[in-house]
Amino acid sequence: MKSVVCVKHVPDSAAKVVVEDGEVTWGDAPLVINPWDEYAVETALLQQETHGGDVVVVSVGDDNAKEALKHALAMGCSEAILIKDPNLSEPDSLVVSHVLAATIRKIGEVDAVFLGKQAIDGDVGVTAAQTARVLDWPAFTLVSAISEFDPVSRKIRVERSIEEGRQILEGELPAVISVVKDIGEPRYPSFMGIRKASRANIPEWTLDDLNIELLSSAVAWPEVMNPPVREITNEIIEGDSPEDIADRLADKIMEEKVL
Amino acid sequence: MMANKIWIYVDQFKGDANKASWEAIGAGKILAGELGGGVTALVFGSQVESIVQEAFQYGADEVFYCNDATLEDFRSEPYAALLSKLALEHEPEVVLFPTNARGRELAAMSAIDLKTGIMPDVTELDVQDGSVVVTRPVYAGKLLSKAICEIRPQIITLRVRAFPIPEQDPGRSGTLTRVEPALSEDEIPTKVVGYSQAEGGVSLADAAVIVSGGRGVSNNPSLNPPEGMDNGEAEIWKAQQGFALIADLAEVLGAAVGASRAAVDAGYIPYPHQVGQTGKVVSPDLYIACGISGAIQHQAGMRTSKVIVAINKDPDAPIFKLARYGVVGDLFEIVPSLTDSLKAKLGK
Repeated sequence: MKSVVCVKHVPDSAAKVVVEDGEVTWGDAPLVINPWDEYAVETALLQQETHGGDVVVVSVGDDNAKEALKHALAMGCSEAILIKDPNLSEPDSLVVSHVLAATIRKIGEVDAVFLGKQAIDGDVGVTAAQTARVLDWPAFTLVSAISEFDPVSRKIRVERSIEEGRQILEGELPAVISVVKDIGEPRYPSFMGIRKASRANIPEWTLDDLNIELLSSAVAWPEVMNPPVREITNEIIEGDSPEDIADRLADKIMEEKVL
Repeated sequence: MMANKIWIYVDQFKGDANKASWEAIGAGKILAGELGGGVTALVFGSQVESIVQEAFQYGADEVFYCNDATLEDFRSEPYAALLSKLALEHEPEVVLFPTNARGRELAAMSAIDLKTGIMPDVTELDVQDGSVVVTRPVYAGKLLSKAICEIRPQIITLRVRAFPIPEQDPGRSGTLTRVEPALSEDEIPTKVVGYSQAEGGVSLADAAVIVSGGRGVSNNPSLNPPEGMDNGEAEIWKAQQGFALIADLAEVLGAAVGASRAAVDAGYIPYPHQVGQTGKVVSPDLYIACGISGAIQHQAGMRTSKVIVAINKDPDAPIFKLARYGVVGDLFEIVPSLTDSLKAKLGK
């Protein structure tokens, strides 16, 4: 079988991200593979271990995206492709999903596409559903467990994490699947994997290679701001005993009228 | 009659409306006040007439109601096909959705069908030159971004609890338009087999009060784990005793139980409870952090809470900088006393 994993590079989740002079900056924090995408890579590799075949990792971005691709290669993906085009600066989800769908079609004979739940920079979280829609494949989003996945019978059954609990959903491959943390801890890249990834020659595809027309983003982001500073008066509650402190704290909470 | 420009997708689960849909109707009424026309609500499901009535009572002027067995459980394909078909016929300017698993996925797919953009998880709406300009948190709320979409319709999902629920008027009614489904069962590629509530619905996103525990919940020195446990098992056992105290307080307050990533990674509590950048981003009226140091990752998920209370034995824990009220002390002493005290004050 063949599966595709879509990854993105983002500032590390521990980075202090701020706006300075109208520009977003994260200091010297590293750009890393989006943490959610590591779960997608892990899921694809687990299916590969069961069913054989290849896992192709794909990213839309500039040269910085190569670090995310190399991380996925080091974890065990078979090959990587970077979609890079000067006309793809700041694409919105509409553009990204069309580009990913075209990439998946060009790779060909793909049984499943795996993505993380969302990227921790834009927090948009719609790429899996939108890519599925462009491909006209079913989408299984927010998947926390895969109970059946058979590239031969083409059957797939998953558990999805929704607000009310877990939904059990089934359908047919090919499909687009986004995963959440419950799916299982991502493996660490092996030493051999890191060596192999560092030497990998990552092919770059342009919009011409994908044979799709230039798309323009529908959504514009005219301004990014630091959130308003929270005006908080800190008050440390003290007292003679834990019971006394708890009682004073309870009074304060009652005064806030939030209960 | 001029068609309404503002549409609201009314989300429901097992025949109960998601209250965030009424928040969206309230927000839609304000937009309609500026852009003209009324508000049309979309109610899809199987025999959910009571939700149609509620939609009118919360402010919808018109309801498009599709009552069909294929729509009993949410599935993105039949829901998106229907919504997109209606939008192509009637050309709304704006479609608002509540942000949850269903709303986000439906909005995403309809945006593809309608060749337009999507602006998810929005916390503020503004109208400029006839277009809606939204504000939405990015980088888990470390920053805010304005966004605008010049293509119509503008597809927007609203963050739960970011907009007030309008007053319900039991006497209010409107125009009911029944519509047919766009797909038949054999055209739908997925089947809902059922639901498992193994982990209980942890509805952090719409909780008004959240009590959270961190790594500190396993540090109760006065507990003696049962014989025969190794260190790892003993730590988990101690953490479960700690989270039981947190659950007691949560129960008295009608609150949801949250957790830090450290507590989830250590195996103290399942992932659906995680608050933070790689968990849930929440904004309750009251957030009580117990034994949570307050890593930047966690802060990103709860910093917009209205009132934050921190209980931690380390006076230098960063969580205290965010807290309106702090207690430097042992959560195993403070939390049970706080539970008793609030129980008495609330008359429970």
